[in-house]
Amino acid sequence: MVAFVVRRIIGMVPLVIGATFVIFAAVYALPGDPVRAIAGPTTEISPATRTAITEEYDLDDPLLVQYWYYVTGVLRGDLGVDLRGRPVFELVEAAWPVTLQLGATAWAMMALLGVGLGTLAAMHRGHSPDWAVLGLTTVIVGIPYFVVAYVLQIVVGVQLGWLPASGVREGWPASYVLPAVCLAMLGVPELARLTRASIIENRYADFVDTATAKGLTPRVIMVRHIVRNSLVPVVSVLGLSLGFLLGGAILVEGIFAVPGLGYTLFTGIEQKNGPVVVGISTLMVFIFLALNLIVDVVCGLLDPRIRLVRDA
Amino acid sequence: MSGTPETTVVTPYVTLTPETAPTPLRHRPLLTPRVLLPASVVALVLVVAAFPGWFAGWFGHGDPRTCDLANSRGGPTSGHPFGFDIQGCDLYANVVYGTRPSVFIGLAVTAGTVIIAVVLGCAAAYFGGLVDSAVSRTMDVFFGFPVLVGQVVILSTIEARNAFVVAGVLILFFWPYTTRLMRSAALATVSLGYVQAARGVGASPWRVIIRHVLPNSSGPVLAVVGIGIGAMITAESALTFLGVGLRQPTISWGVQLNTARDAFRADPHLLLFPSLFLTVTVLAFVLLGDALRDVFDPRLQ
Repeated sequence: MVAFVVRRIIGMVPLVIGATFVIFAAVYALPGDPVRAIAGPTTEISPATRTAITEEYDLDDPLLVQYWYYVTGVLRGDLGVDLRGRPVFELVEAAWPVTLQLGATAWAMMALLGVGLGTLAAMHRGHSPDWAVLGLTTVIVGIPYFVVAYVLQIVVGVQLGWLPASGVREGWPASYVLPAVCLAMLGVPELARLTRASIIENRYADFVDTATAKGLTPRVIMVRHIVRNSLVPVVSVLGLSLGFLLGGAILVEGIFAVPGLGYTLFTGIEQKNGPVVVGISTLMVFIFLALNLIVDVVCGLLDPRIRLVRDA
Repeated sequence: MSGTPETTVVTPYVTLTPETAPTPLRHRPLLTPRVLLPASVVALVLVVAAFPGWFAGWFGHGDPRTCDLANSRGGPTSGHPFGFDIQGCDLYANVVYGTRPSVFIGLAVTAGTVIIAVVLGCAAAYFGGLVDSAVSRTMDVFFGFPVLVGQVVILSTIEARNAFVVAGVLILFFWPYTTRLMRSAALATVSLGYVQAARGVGASPWRVIIRHVLPNSSGPVLAVVGIGIGAMITAESALTFLGVGLRQPTISWGVQLNTARDAFRADPHLLLFPSLFLTVTVLAFVLLGDALRDVFDPRLQ
């Protein structure tokens, strides 16, 4: 197990270098004058100021040299300073608990709804609950999730006034319910369908015949044998969907003005604040990779049939 | 590397045996209401996208660029069933004309990703070795980070973002998903007896792939085409809505939703009509794709 984890981490190194370099190069290529962005739109820039700023931010160095400064900085836990002089690390420090709360809430909703609906559909295969779940998941896939976000914001947040329409001033859970619902909708259809397919597949497994032959009640067979065995691919998808939640958080946090990592990235893009974009994107890549690794390990622990392949 | 299934997950489909093999394609009913209903909506959407002029003038004000600021944000009135946008333009005409870029991007991106998938997927599966490693490792890089983050970073560096640029960036980030599907389907086919036989009698790689591998492994990819078009239309409008996709003066639903962002509390109709058209379009493609998937690939049912 330890050897597997170490191999995976070594395998991630080129990926991290590749991804961070692409992000860095893309932001490096951002149009506009960084000196102007740092000095502010109205200030008169004297040649001396320009030299000073260029010097301070290493703007004159070639791309690869700047990338090297950035990588060594990241390894020291230093994400750089944004164009307004704030350390990016401080922005991240303020934002991550918000995203963590939102992500965890959305993820829990997604798991409950997805597995619940999938199980329901599988238990009533071919009958009305199955069709209802199929219809519901298709509709969720078919409606763009930011439209859902806006409709919820207008109807529930503004017109009915049941929940805060934006911001996180009212704290958890009130302020997090609407954004979390929107985020959760991203994963529910796939999860529900996967759970359903997995359970239906397992109903005809040999161990179910054994359990039936032993005289167990259908309910016990369902809960202890079928559902439990069906959850392995589901756990794998649940884990991977954490990464999609990270991406979806950019949009949802933007719409609901939730001051998390996604919102910080979004405003960073709007303000052409390169170091913020690079810093947050880098962090998201790291989180994403870490989550993938954890998922593989958890799946291996859950089901001994899954072998952690040697040549990883 | 991350992204490759280092773990052998027991998939729900492994027990497909000859006894449970699906009915041949030609024996499966195609013209059912489940297919025909979304298909007619899709056909209508395609006609609107191709000839918006036929529909925009229904209420007598067919030019989306004839605007009068005096009408800014006006509600529905006679001749203007959807009301006016912030610039005072007829919203109905704008929404009708907005169909074209969305549908174009949806179709172009799906076509692009499918073509790449067929070429690279078949090549990787057939030749194996270095070719397969190169394709697979490149895909791993794309599976290694959140797609939306990558798209936002790339797109925000491009100033001239027309429909072709946005389609190109979407293809860049979504080809690995179709290619992975194609590769695994082709991989299963390559080891089958008739492919080995064709290779054995000396057929060229080109002939084996075109005549034997492709026809027998394209099902899973074709099955996700409809859903893919819907998903790509959503992806485009989401990016545009975020402000990194299409931009004015292009008329598109995403742009309309983006400009309506700050006005939605007072004037929800600005948000309502573009999102309604967007939703109906995406839903039609997804439902059609879903119905066709069950025809093409009944194992997934």
